[in-house]
Amino acid sequence: MSIPDSYLTYANRRYGMDHDRYDWSMLPRRKPVAWPHGARVALWVVPALEWFPLDMKGVPFKPPGAMQTAYPDLRHYTLRDYGNRVGIFRVMQALDRHGIRASVAVNAAVAARYPTLLQECVRRQWEIIANGQDMDHLHHAGLALADEKKVIEDTLALLRKATGQLVRGWLSPAKSESPATLDLLAAAGVDYVCDWVNDDMPFAMRTASRALHAMPHPVDIDDYTILVQNHHTEDDFRDQLCDQFDLLYKESATQGGRIMAISLHPWVIGQPYRIKALEDALQHIMGHDGVWAATGSEILDAWMAQQA
Amino acid sequence: MRDPGLYDYLPYADRPEIRWPGDARVAFWVAPNIEFYELDPPRNPARAAWARPAPDVLNYAYRDYGNRAGFWRMHEAMQRCNMRGSVSLNVAVCEHHPEIIQACADSGWEFYSHGTYNTRYLMGMTEAQERTVIQDSIDTIRKHTGQKLDGWLAPALTYTDNTLDLVAEMGLTYVCDLFHDDQPGAVKVRQGRLISVPYSLEMNDVIVYNVNLVSPRRYADILKRQFDRLYEEGEKSGTVMCIPLHPYLVGQPYRMAAFEEALSYITGHDKVWLATGREIAQHFNDHYYDAFAQASQAVGEAP
Repeated sequence: MSIPDSYLTYANRRYGMDHDRYDWSMLPRRKPVAWPHGARVALWVVPALEWFPLDMKGVPFKPPGAMQTAYPDLRHYTLRDYGNRVGIFRVMQALDRHGIRASVAVNAAVAARYPTLLQECVRRQWEIIANGQDMDHLHHAGLALADEKKVIEDTLALLRKATGQLVRGWLSPAKSESPATLDLLAAAGVDYVCDWVNDDMPFAMRTASRALHAMPHPVDIDDYTILVQNHHTEDDFRDQLCDQFDLLYKESATQGGRIMAISLHPWVIGQPYRIKALEDALQHIMGHDGVWAATGSEILDAWMAQQA
Repeated sequence: MRDPGLYDYLPYADRPEIRWPGDARVAFWVAPNIEFYELDPPRNPARAAWARPAPDVLNYAYRDYGNRAGFWRMHEAMQRCNMRGSVSLNVAVCEHHPEIIQACADSGWEFYSHGTYNTRYLMGMTEAQERTVIQDSIDTIRKHTGQKLDGWLAPALTYTDNTLDLVAEMGLTYVCDLFHDDQPGAVKVRQGRLISVPYSLEMNDVIVYNVNLVSPRRYADILKRQFDRLYEEGEKSGTVMCIPLHPYLVGQPYRMAAFEEALSYITGHDKVWLATGREIAQHFNDHYYDAFAQASQAVGEAP
């Protein structure tokens, strides 16, 4: 094994990032943002309605929550689908109690298979975010451009037709992207993407055509990571959500408006023994003055209106 | 058996006594890893940079969070506790994010090298190539901070058989790569003196959060338990405690308060020396290096 000398050259060693998709920017050195009605924290709740095919291929990798046994892996398939049949309704109840409208990330396959579920979301005036075709259609460099374009366009067309909404937001399954994904999304009329976890606030991304923004959709504090991957208790999950909020709320006193994003998977958080963790965290958060429960588009529009 | 034989044996129960400045029981240092991970680095045959095929936007963005957001929170919390950092630096951050370097320099922090990028590994390099990498670190840190490079933590903990020999030969004084002790000690190198300053995997937020998957409040508990014991034992002979940090992990909003509480607890003690890696290495070198070397036993040798 030898290393070519080219391994010691650094073509992108320069000020800022090592790519051109977005600019380097430091959170505490930005112009503070003011949310509507003097709110300090915008609460953005994002449940994901996912469908994992029973015969999934896992190309180029298995997404979190993928099938694990030889076909047919009924136990994992049905446990994921539990979220669409039961879990989401517990999440709805928890949010309805506070009048919180979610921004729900939906696989096109869920919309096609369970139109009633989609209508339940629309009836609540939830915002629909496109979550790709299904959990086995990942975006990656090995995908032909035309194929990726078709997945994106078909997904958006189906969700737009079914909901009558513009569908301005996009979350790739497992936050997977090819080098072309952002360009294709912008060209298809998407205004914001939820795949990037590098910030607590929106930021502008460069594409080949129109403007596109990243919205701060977290992964390391979502229900799957904390409860399934980390095996923390329900109380631990509640505490971490509350601690997240408390710090952002405190920061907003000196640094301007912040965003508290809660990413949820109803097949995880919607289990009877877990749902109270979400309910208690929401109780804590909504018990503060200056919390603006809003959708992704509302938050992004308010933020964009203040960018010079 | 292939064994680089990096150190002699010296039982904890029977050693020369260490006294830290101010009669402190624990030399406490904090080592923030200020890192840059490239989106699509060239491949080292021994290790892929990312779990997913490029572009791994999830994992890339997760690291980038540390520089955009997490660093600034961590930096403020350390300032509030009067705790200087010893920055474990991917030196290319000097070019990419000079504002971070400036903030650390303004706070009187030390800079030591953690390689060029955290996505460029040493495995497979020739001695000449490795010298080029180390020289790059020496030059870049000197140019951007004015500091002499004294410490080393290999990029992403990757090595060749030559790594520690070369950093000693090129004038560095200490390394953070060895996890065999709670006190400093000598590293056996081809030429020069090299000191191992206890860093830590057990207290390292990457191990705690990404490997052991613990909660933030539990991490605070772990830090306090570690400190309490080393403080107690430090009455007899001075110990070292390091908290290695990664701003993309510790700087997440939901993790900050618990960390700051632990840091404030530790730094609030009387007999704790709030030090940097360089200062600990220097004090050990000046007062205990020879006594420790004399007391040590070669592996397989009876005292």
